[in-house]
Amino acid sequence: MSDKIRKIEGITKESTQAMIDEALSVYPEKARKKRAPHLAPNDAASGCASVKSNKKTVPGVMSARGCAYAGAKGVVWGPIRDMVHVSHGPVGCGWYSWGTRRNLMSGITGVTSFPMQFTSDFQEKDIVYGGDKKLKTLLEEAHELFPLAKGISVLSECPVGLIGDDINSVAKSSAKDLDIPIIPCNCEGFRGVSQSLGHHISNDTIRDYIIGTREFAEPESPYDISLIGDYNIGGDVWSAKSLLEEIGLNVKSVWTGDGELEKIAATHTVKLNLIHCYRSMNYMCKVMEEKFGIPWLEFNFFGPTKIRESLRAIGARFDQNIQDKVELAIAKYEPIMQAIIDEYRPRLEGKKVMLLVGGLRPRHTIGAYEDLGMDCVGSGYEFAHTDDYDRTAPEMPDATVVYDDPSEYEFEKFADALKPDLIGSGIKEKYVFQKMGIPFRQMHSWDYSGPYHGYNGFEIFARDVDMAVNSPTWKLVKAPY
Amino acid sequence: MSNLLNLEVKKIVETPPEEIERVKEWINTDEYREKNFARQALVINPVHACQPLGAQLVAHGFEGTLPFVHGSQGCASYYRSTLNRHFREPAPAVSDSMTEDGAVFGGQNNLHEGLENAYSIYKPKMIAVFTSCMPEVIGDDLTAFIKNAKQKAIVPKELPIPYANTPSFNGTHIHGYDSMLLSILQNLTEGKQIEGRCTGKLNLIAGCDFNTGDYREYKRILKEFGIPYTVLADISDTFDSPCDGTYNIYAGGTKLEDAADSINGKATISLGPYATPKTFGWIKDNYSGKHVSMPMPIGIEKTDAFIMKVAELFGKEVPASLKNERGRAVDAVTDSHQYMHGKKFAVYGDPDYLMGYVSFLLEMGARPHHILCSRGSKKVEKELQALLDGSMYGKDCTIYMNKDLWHLRSLLMTDAVDAVIGDSHGKFATRDAKVPLFRFGFPVFDRVNKHRYPLIGYQGTVNMVTEICNKFIDIKDETCEDRFFELMR
Repeated sequence: MSDKIRKIEGITKESTQAMIDEALSVYPEKARKKRAPHLAPNDAASGCASVKSNKKTVPGVMSARGCAYAGAKGVVWGPIRDMVHVSHGPVGCGWYSWGTRRNLMSGITGVTSFPMQFTSDFQEKDIVYGGDKKLKTLLEEAHELFPLAKGISVLSECPVGLIGDDINSVAKSSAKDLDIPIIPCNCEGFRGVSQSLGHHISNDTIRDYIIGTREFAEPESPYDISLIGDYNIGGDVWSAKSLLEEIGLNVKSVWTGDGELEKIAATHTVKLNLIHCYRSMNYMCKVMEEKFGIPWLEFNFFGPTKIRESLRAIGARFDQNIQDKVELAIAKYEPIMQAIIDEYRPRLEGKKVMLLVGGLRPRHTIGAYEDLGMDCVGSGYEFAHTDDYDRTAPEMPDATVVYDDPSEYEFEKFADALKPDLIGSGIKEKYVFQKMGIPFRQMHSWDYSGPYHGYNGFEIFARDVDMAVNSPTWKLVKAPY
Repeated sequence: MSNLLNLEVKKIVETPPEEIERVKEWINTDEYREKNFARQALVINPVHACQPLGAQLVAHGFEGTLPFVHGSQGCASYYRSTLNRHFREPAPAVSDSMTEDGAVFGGQNNLHEGLENAYSIYKPKMIAVFTSCMPEVIGDDLTAFIKNAKQKAIVPKELPIPYANTPSFNGTHIHGYDSMLLSILQNLTEGKQIEGRCTGKLNLIAGCDFNTGDYREYKRILKEFGIPYTVLADISDTFDSPCDGTYNIYAGGTKLEDAADSINGKATISLGPYATPKTFGWIKDNYSGKHVSMPMPIGIEKTDAFIMKVAELFGKEVPASLKNERGRAVDAVTDSHQYMHGKKFAVYGDPDYLMGYVSFLLEMGARPHHILCSRGSKKVEKELQALLDGSMYGKDCTIYMNKDLWHLRSLLMTDAVDAVIGDSHGKFATRDAKVPLFRFGFPVFDRVNKHRYPLIGYQGTVNMVTEICNKFIDIKDETCEDRFFELMR
């Protein structure tokens, strides 16, 4: 949390509200009434959410949101590398989410890791007669063809829940027959209002089917921790994990980027859960706290300022041994970070950035931009809840615009008014803004770059931000004639 | 410890390295291939997507048209991001965000609210509605819903709202293409047929083609002929739009007026017979003029057939410029045939593309050794077999119908080829098999600008030959012994 309230020249609560009103002026009255509470100037002093969130998307406005299945397949279950993840239903959902999130995996594809598309490819007859039989056969086939897979998740797509299939009982009997964990996940896309419910449902299935079923072979240590809510986008986990190990901690399991099922199942024996993406995995941290007494701590590994604060906060949960190593690591990396800042900051100082990402980065990356001298002039989430917006308020400059599940039209209008030097959002937004000549980085996938976590990540982040903002190609956009 | 499954709590056991090694070898064996091909229920790495994706592609091909997904909102995000990634272009589309209550009460409220909002905010000239799974399973009545929307004046009566049922549990993206195109043409041409009127134009349908270069190439060829045309579902300007500092949500597409008047055309030609059976069938019964459905003009022979058909339909000589163009393309293929002759290929993709790849390879003296179709009919298989039977280079080539890319991997590991033609998803199998992958299909997520280089026409042949032959030469340069490394190739 930043200690002082920052202001951006020319941005006041009134100017931001006027911009919002203007954007909503074309909406029919009902839609305008629904959207208005989701858009507001930031109230940095209050430290509280200024917008409503986690409500149904207004039909027809062009939202960036996905669905519960996307949250389950893409975010929580999909990244676990040593499992077969079955997209249960028609072919599309699995096909679209195949390899498109960049949750990298180690292992040998098809042998020990499975970054592939497994589907039951529902046909008309499966809708009419039900897909349970097919599922049973499919599970046997998967087990036979991929004998080293440690388990199978069954991720329901819309039709499964609508036709009344009972994947839970199929999973139960097949798990017994095949003697591997088979986890049914009722994450149909029509459930809830966004990806977020898919995260929650998936967390619940981990609670119900996985946690507590394994124990680590090696003896416990006071430095055992778990890294929660890091999905290894572009290798983030590998960067974060090496830093945590450098300060003397044992990262016993990772949820779920490059994760391993059995290690996740044994997480209940660690001493501290470190959570990066609070939105998608706070549920399980709370469960482990209640059920096993494991404390948890939110941290932020974007940019040297936040990394330093986080390392010290983590160190404070351990003994002097770890705290000494934390200071050694900070002392080792800060000069390197300073050199990076010295290189890029002069070219980025005072540049404005707008963000629209999922459930964490719209607040967590602000510090990293500020390390480079940039100001965040607008931020918002696709699927955050009030507790996320509470955490966002102190991170953003006062009176800047906060937008929850904005439509493409609103986002475009705000960009038009604020004239940012960079927008960080998703693939659906990228080319809209690039056509407008606004530099853009995909901040879900790191735009096929990364990692961005940890000290190693900041170097890449800084390079990428500079490359986007200062590319000479933007000067070519306007023809000289 | 407790867990729902009541499984005993076990110690974590790492898989022994020798077991990993054994399985790693095993998945490359004939024994594994047999097990893999015995699969009945599990589909692994399919080539095909679902119907609404093709429907959205069509919608983007018409002027001022907003694609509208009736169903869960995640579906729309998936189609959009797929198109964004392939074209590196915006793909604006809305959804009416059906949720649990839609399952209970049906989706009419969502549809109406969505239409009202989308119309007010994005000011489309046409809204093309298509469905994802949910309304299809619960049985929403789109006809009634849209009629009601107009009766209640939620949207203007004159706003065209064609709609298509595009269930994802039936067919693939090419079938969604067909249904949406049919619906749009039916809607726009209603009451537009005028006795005795002839636009003098050729209506051209490219089929479910994700290459903007192809559309531009068709238009260029017709300009060479001097034949006026209407390309229906023309996505070229939508998905290859200029970066000039402004964003135009509707950057291209067939003019609605031209589409409406297409029913009075002199002739209509569809170059995606497997992507347009319903549309073409309807056109045949309803459009004025002549009607032809023929294969995508990939390779010299299929391009010749297309060029001759166009000349015949309009009673024109093939212009000298196209004759010369053919000559130059043939020059390119004869000059480089030695780099492809006898090479074995595996090819996979949608039926219309597949016919083109196979025909092209055979005329180059290359062998389409494994031909894999993710979803296709007996008719597709028969036509492919006829192509193989017509050439000595088709001997011993095998067609695999309704197989996926995990089957392909088994084929590549047990019965090797020199290269593969397909889309980006094949890169995992080709990396394991250590052979190049030529990304001519859809989607291409990992190379730039591929969609700007046509595959069709004589120019398309030059593009394919250039890419393939130079890659083989690169491989030779990169892998040959030093003493065989030489200047000329």
